[in-house]
Amino acid sequence: MLRIECPCCGPRDHDEFRYGGDASVTRPAHDDPDPEAWYRYVYIRTNPAGPHREYWQHVTGCRQWLVVERDTRNHAVASVDFARKSTLRKSPA
Amino acid sequence: MARYSALSIFRNALSGQKNWQRAWRAAEPKPSYDVIVIGGGGHGLATAFYLADNHGIRNVAVLEKGYVGGGNVGRNTTVIRSNYLLDGNTQFYEFSMKLWETMSRVLNFNVMFSQRGQLVTAHSADQLDGFSHRANVMRLNGIDADILDREEVRRLVPYLDFSDTARFPIHGAIFQGRAGTARHDAVAWGYARAADSHGVDIIQNCEVTGFLRDGDSIVGVETTKGRIGAGKVGLAVAGHTSVLGAKAGLELPIESHVLQAFVTEPLKPLVDHVVAYGADHFYVSQSDKGGLVFGGNLDGYNSYAQRGNLGVVREVAEAAIALMPCISRVRLLRHWGGVMDMTPDASPIICPTPIDGLYLNGGWCYGGFKATPASGWCFAHTIATGKPHPLIAAYGLDRFRTGHTLDEAGVGPSAWLQ
Repeated sequence: MLRIECPCCGPRDHDEFRYGGDASVTRPAHDDPDPEAWYRYVYIRTNPAGPHREYWQHVTGCRQWLVVERDTRNHAVASVDFARKSTLRKSPA
Repeated sequence: MARYSALSIFRNALSGQKNWQRAWRAAEPKPSYDVIVIGGGGHGLATAFYLADNHGIRNVAVLEKGYVGGGNVGRNTTVIRSNYLLDGNTQFYEFSMKLWETMSRVLNFNVMFSQRGQLVTAHSADQLDGFSHRANVMRLNGIDADILDREEVRRLVPYLDFSDTARFPIHGAIFQGRAGTARHDAVAWGYARAADSHGVDIIQNCEVTGFLRDGDSIVGVETTKGRIGAGKVGLAVAGHTSVLGAKAGLELPIESHVLQAFVTEPLKPLVDHVVAYGADHFYVSQSDKGGLVFGGNLDGYNSYAQRGNLGVVREVAEAAIALMPCISRVRLLRHWGGVMDMTPDASPIICPTPIDGLYLNGGWCYGGFKATPASGWCFAHTIATGKPHPLIAAYGLDRFRTGHTLDEAGVGPSAWLQ
């Protein structure tokens, strides 16, 4: 079982969490008229075989959105942090 | 290549079964080929076969990083059906079904295609209405489809839960009689043998590590067995399309996710059809050895691990018991995982790419096995002519940019929710 060390609740099984996808994707500004920017935001993913920064929400725990860095080949978790601290994105999904 | 026949079995029996030829040669790479197909799974081997058989292009190599049939063609639950709703999918999968119906004869290899019929249960009047819509679309396209009411379903599959306490009572089902299963390894072996007999080199343990370029064009590949030149290169590596696509400089709308499959201990004949549960994600058939072969949802997070997690084992078991309480004491024999290319609309991508000389076949989500022959047929046409086959016109990479997605499930662009 994949375990995620929640900064609030400690180590928990991953099925307490909801997956939120690639955290390296940045949403364009709300008034950005460029369809290419929105296309890339909605669809294009790097999908690495290796370290991947991704959102998880601890839905049956503290309900915080987290950014987890996990290796997609073996699920080794390198880091867990609150998504709201992330500089990549101002408001979590 | 000696043909397989009843006579050949008899003749080899007389010599103690010691004189069978290899099914295909153990080829080593030549300096260059007209076409290199990357990926020795069902789709890659079928592509190579149809390049030779339909288009006369025989100077072809299939490069496989592991062994033939070691990827998803050997990891799926072998279900074949053509019950799709959306234009583009409906016709493509029916074309595939027709190729399945002649495959064993065409390849001279018994793929054990068994048209045992597939039904999907409906658990509300609304769901049955939706299925009627789909069945009408299928019939208008010349595909067999039937809508069954509750009593007809009960006569067909009496072992499902028809009790008063069923969590989701069965209202009816959509049924396709020509759907069924095939022996998945035999599909890979049959295409490999038939392609080889046309002169295609099948090179195993040969991983592609990069692409050779001449200006903006791709003119070959770097492999663990050295450089190999190519007039055209076709990618058929679903599960790892992003990894190879990145080496070529392609940006793709794909995430890799693990899908698990399961087989139980062998039972006496119980499940005569392919049965899918309309209230959850669960589908089951019974193998010729007697094991119940079934699957369910994705694990739900990006993964290249080829192994799944226990949470999904529990979810799938719960769905199984909700539909078929009679198997609650059956023991699981094995479970395994395969890596899926998940696209944002759960439809595949087969097309020429913006990179000259590179052709893409991927994004099969968890529907790739049933598409194997049509995928190979259409991809071979696309590589040979440089233009998409009419049946895959809807499967272009551009559809995401232009808004022409083929979202059969209607769940929006989250790969892990498809």
